[in-house]
Amino acid sequence: MNASTDNARASQTVGSTNTIVHGSALPSLEVPVIDCDSVSIFYDDFRAVHDVNFGCKRNEITALIGPSGCGKSTVLRSFNRMNDLIEGARVEGSITYHGEDIYGPDVDAIEVRRRIGMVFQKPNPFPKSIYDNIAYGPRVNGMKVESMDDLVEEALTKAALWDEVKDKLKQSAFGLSGGQQQRLCIARTIAVQPEVILMDEPCSALDPIATLRIEDLMQELRKDYTIVIVTHNMQQAARVADRTAFFTAEASDTTGDRTGVLVEFGDTATIFESPHDKRTEDYISGRFG
Amino acid sequence: MTSAPATTEVAHLDLTRKPRPWDTAARAIFRVAAALTIAITLGILVALIVPSIEFFSEVPINEFLFGTRWAPRFADASFGVVPLVTATAWTTVIALFFAIPLGLGAAIFMSEFAHKRTRKILKPVLEVLAGIPTVVYGYFAVQFIQATVFRDWLNLDTGSFSVLSAGFVMGIMIIPTIASISEDAMSAVPNSLRQGSAALGANRRQTSLKVVFPAALSGIIAAIVLGISRAVGETMIVALAAGQQARIVGGPLEAGQTMTGFIANAALGDSRVGSLEYNTLFAVGLLLFLITLLINMISIWIVRRFREAY
Ligand SMILES: Nc1ncnc2c1ncn2[C@@H]1O[C@H](COP(=O)(O)OP(=O)(O)O)[C@@H](O)[C@H]1O
Ligand SMILES: [Mg+2]
Repeated sequence: MNASTDNARASQTVGSTNTIVHGSALPSLEVPVIDCDSVSIFYDDFRAVHDVNFGCKRNEITALIGPSGCGKSTVLRSFNRMNDLIEGARVEGSITYHGEDIYGPDVDAIEVRRRIGMVFQKPNPFPKSIYDNIAYGPRVNGMKVESMDDLVEEALTKAALWDEVKDKLKQSAFGLSGGQQQRLCIARTIAVQPEVILMDEPCSALDPIATLRIEDLMQELRKDYTIVIVTHNMQQAARVADRTAFFTAEASDTTGDRTGVLVEFGDTATIFESPHDKRTEDYISGRFG
Repeated sequence: MTSAPATTEVAHLDLTRKPRPWDTAARAIFRVAAALTIAITLGILVALIVPSIEFFSEVPINEFLFGTRWAPRFADASFGVVPLVTATAWTTVIALFFAIPLGLGAAIFMSEFAHKRTRKILKPVLEVLAGIPTVVYGYFAVQFIQATVFRDWLNLDTGSFSVLSAGFVMGIMIIPTIASISEDAMSAVPNSLRQGSAALGANRRQTSLKVVFPAALSGIIAAIVLGISRAVGETMIVALAAGQQARIVGGPLEAGQTMTGFIANAALGDSRVGSLEYNTLFAVGLLLFLITLLINMISIWIVRRFREAY
């Protein structure tokens, strides 16, 4: 372990064996909201990612980039225990949320997911009305709300969708366009008042204009939430993210499995302009094999 | 570079229609199959309607529908179908009372809670249950449920037959139908909806009841309607276990003849073709058909009204 208390702007190179250390001596605001320490994730016996170490800081957007199959979604899903839904998925190492191990023996995955929400690659509104899509989360969580109408309006407003849907709240969410549906899914996530929002390629099913709207929205949401986004679009990472983690998949010497590793994590500008690792540089410049 | 291949290729371009004998033959075969299906259905309907018309030329439709005494073979014959309808209603409602909760419960369990391996075992077992001949169920109802359980063990005040034993066993018979079809419908709900629900902090019970169940509603209603149709039309169990006496049924422990029970019974007799007794059979059959049709139409309406399509 190379203990480093440099300022957070510095980028650090992380091989598949060594570890990045977050500035534990920094003020508490700089302590990561979500922190991975030596995280490996398995699907049955297959090791999908190996020894991942990085943290996501409050009110920042952290992007996970890398070629497909390198385990970005796997890592993201482990942050709110969505991997629990996959039979055979297993996490080793520790993932902490405000210092508490979310895989600890007494931790309820449902409590974790209330605080760490998720938006998926393909918009997945429920086959219900726009209103009920938003109200669903607060209802199942038994949230005490004074006025559900106000809460719905607030969530839709924050997701920049209110003006487009305010006259058709009782209509099916399926009548909305793809981009609107994705903003509805973001609104639905906001409605349960999480602290962190995980987004797995939220724009990959959207056209460029809808994509830009979501990116603008992310900048807006960043003020209130901590965001982790997986994207295959490097321009998107460069545009929106404060910090970027670059993953790649490497064949293991022993089993030959292609296992995802975190190559480099740091300030987005550094990752894109002066990466420390050759593999990052190759990928960023499009020379990835 | 961009225009290079154009000229040479165009010479070979042939967009004229070619004969495709297999396509034509296949289309013809499917068309015949479809036409036959419709023709057979219509034929059955005509076969039901023609004797029924004759029946209603002798018995006023009012007397048939609202009369409360069913005695077609007595000297002072009477053709009020209400007693048969009450027996059918009792057995059907009792069957559904057991079959809907248990069938849907089993379906939700299999689709949302059971491990893959459990489901792989449970589903075929359930489907085998659906293949047991109904005469076996009927015998089970009379001999075991009615005689042993109700009378010997529970000392219930009931005779040799009751709509309760017939209905209960019929319910067991249709559980696999309801469970299996509902399970198919719920398994077909995309996983992305379950994930979306889980990501909002819903537990499995909430996800299955509030997201999966409504999304699968049209399939579930179809399963229930099929169950109802089977219950209304089921013959062997009620003929054996509900009783052969046509009387208005006032409680679950009473015996009574259902519409199908009457048809089965009368069809065994030697009524002359064209006789009133013979035509009675078809009038009751037609009523049965119309009731089933009505249930189907109501269910289509329910599905349209409450469906949450995905
Ligand atoms: N549900 C799963 N079961 C088994 N293996 C999986 C599952 N999901 C992903 N994987 C495997 O884990 C590796 C990483 O996948 P994923 O996290 O989806 O990558 P990315 O999101 O970077 O494209 C891949 O080799 C993939 O085949
Ligand atoms: Mg992915």
